[in-house]
Amino acid sequence: MDKKLLKLLNKDCRTSLEELATMTGKTVEEVAAEIDALENEGIVRGYKAVIDWERVDDSYVSALIELKVTPKAGLGFEQIAKQVMKYPEVETVYLMSGGYDLCVIVKGKTFQGVAMFVAKELSTLESVTSTATHFVLRRYKELDVELCDGTTDDRGHYSF
Amino acid sequence: MIDYNKILNPEVQSIKPSGIRKFFDLAETMQEVISLGVGEPDFPTPWQIRKAGIRSLEDSKTRYTSNRGLQVLRETIAGYLNRKYDLTYEPLTEILVTVGGSEAIDGCIRAIVRAGDEVIIPQPSYVCYEPITQLAGGDPVIIEITAEDDFKLTPEALKAAITPKTKALILPYPCNPTGGIMEKEDLEKIAEVLRDTNIIVISDEIYSELTYGGKAHVSIASIPGMWERTLLVNGFSKAFSMTGWRLGYACGPKEILEQVTKIHQFAIMCAPTTSQYAAITAMTSCDDVVAEMVEEYDTRRRMIVEGFNKLGLTCRDPKGAFYAFPCIKSTGMTSEEFCEKLLERKHVAVVPGTAFGKGGEGFVRASYCYSTDHIKEALRRIGEFLEEIK
Repeated sequence: MDKKLLKLLNKDCRTSLEELATMTGKTVEEVAAEIDALENEGIVRGYKAVIDWERVDDSYVSALIELKVTPKAGLGFEQIAKQVMKYPEVETVYLMSGGYDLCVIVKGKTFQGVAMFVAKELSTLESVTSTATHFVLRRYKELDVELCDGTTDDRGHYSF
Repeated sequence: MIDYNKILNPEVQSIKPSGIRKFFDLAETMQEVISLGVGEPDFPTPWQIRKAGIRSLEDSKTRYTSNRGLQVLRETIAGYLNRKYDLTYEPLTEILVTVGGSEAIDGCIRAIVRAGDEVIIPQPSYVCYEPITQLAGGDPVIIEITAEDDFKLTPEALKAAITPKTKALILPYPCNPTGGIMEKEDLEKIAEVLRDTNIIVISDEIYSELTYGGKAHVSIASIPGMWERTLLVNGFSKAFSMTGWRLGYACGPKEILEQVTKIHQFAIMCAPTTSQYAAITAMTSCDDVVAEMVEEYDTRRRMIVEGFNKLGLTCRDPKGAFYAFPCIKSTGMTSEEFCEKLLERKHVAVVPGTAFGKGGEGFVRASYCYSTDHIKEALRRIGEFLEEIK
């Protein structure tokens, strides 16, 4: 499969069909059909903006939760992972190698709120044996996008 | 009071300073200039290359290297040229590491050109060949390369320019500013003209890694009968985003390289040591990063070319380097007027084609070493400008 289109969408999913066609050397129709196919096959799962919430709403917090769980016979981590991901507070769930099993990123309005969600919901799930909560203090870069003041072009305006 | 005019070398004084100085000064006074003016990559040097440089400093590799450059680097260059372009050079005697491709060009011209010798220079092309030839006492003979020939050097034009005084031909492909390339069959025709002569080709292949549309670069030195009459110049600046490291190299027959090395030895000593260590990593473990950068340039290239053509500024498909060279004749302006007005009114900086030789009249150079958003904004402003001047 040609990954060019995916890379371009991944970089900026608002690039217009005309622009994508120019950039890939294809026709607008071909690009449109390819995007439809990518969506139908579940390769492209969604399109979102990368937002620096710190600039909008200072009551946005998120935390990375380490979950240790007991895998179920025959089901492994599948069942518990799917259970955890259903919570609207949960933004991300990964199965991890190493010292713990599930990495869960949780968002909320306050530290207190997130901590309570972990205490009341996640840690009480049957197969969860322990949790460790790490709050995010500052986000510098997310999804390839720099959220702090990035680098500036120091090349001047002309050179040969 | 000293009359400096009596002191200065008239040969040096007669050399014209670069034509874009006035634009540069003007741009410096402006806010929010959107530039398509630079001739260097926007990507930072790949991290593993920077790390190799840092490691060499930590290991106290801070002394002179041998005049020719680190033996291991010369071996690496030999391996790289063989792998990429099917060229064979002996690292001990046929490769010289220089301070950028620029020093290699200077050294090669100085080693072969005497007063009265003619050096054939296709233009529009990079700005250094003519002044360096003049400084060496040689006479530049300009061949004007045209858009109609797809910015290629034709054997007919070359034949017409050759005289008994011709000492060298500069072959600047892939070409800054036109984006033209010379494919194998084009080079074979040039070789046909040169094979029975004593003319030396100085082949400036600094953009060799940056070709598009699946057309890999071919070096004239790989064409039968040409190795012995070619001085190959290349470097790390463009392919590996290492402009500030100042590192390049010259390769060729040892009889010539020995003389170039003498000039280098007395004028320079050796190329920067830190850069030499970093360069080994560049050539041995950066194929993927370079491929990614080339892909990104290609995306931008398609965008900018289509953008200019849509605006009615005819732009040929540049097949190499990282510049678009659209024709602005339809505006009725000269290249300089166009650039000056565009800068004044829309704060967009592009370089007049005439900066690269008289043959550049009617064209401007727009670099695509910028993000797609930056290019889009520049094109939008150029569109507005064209509407206003209608």
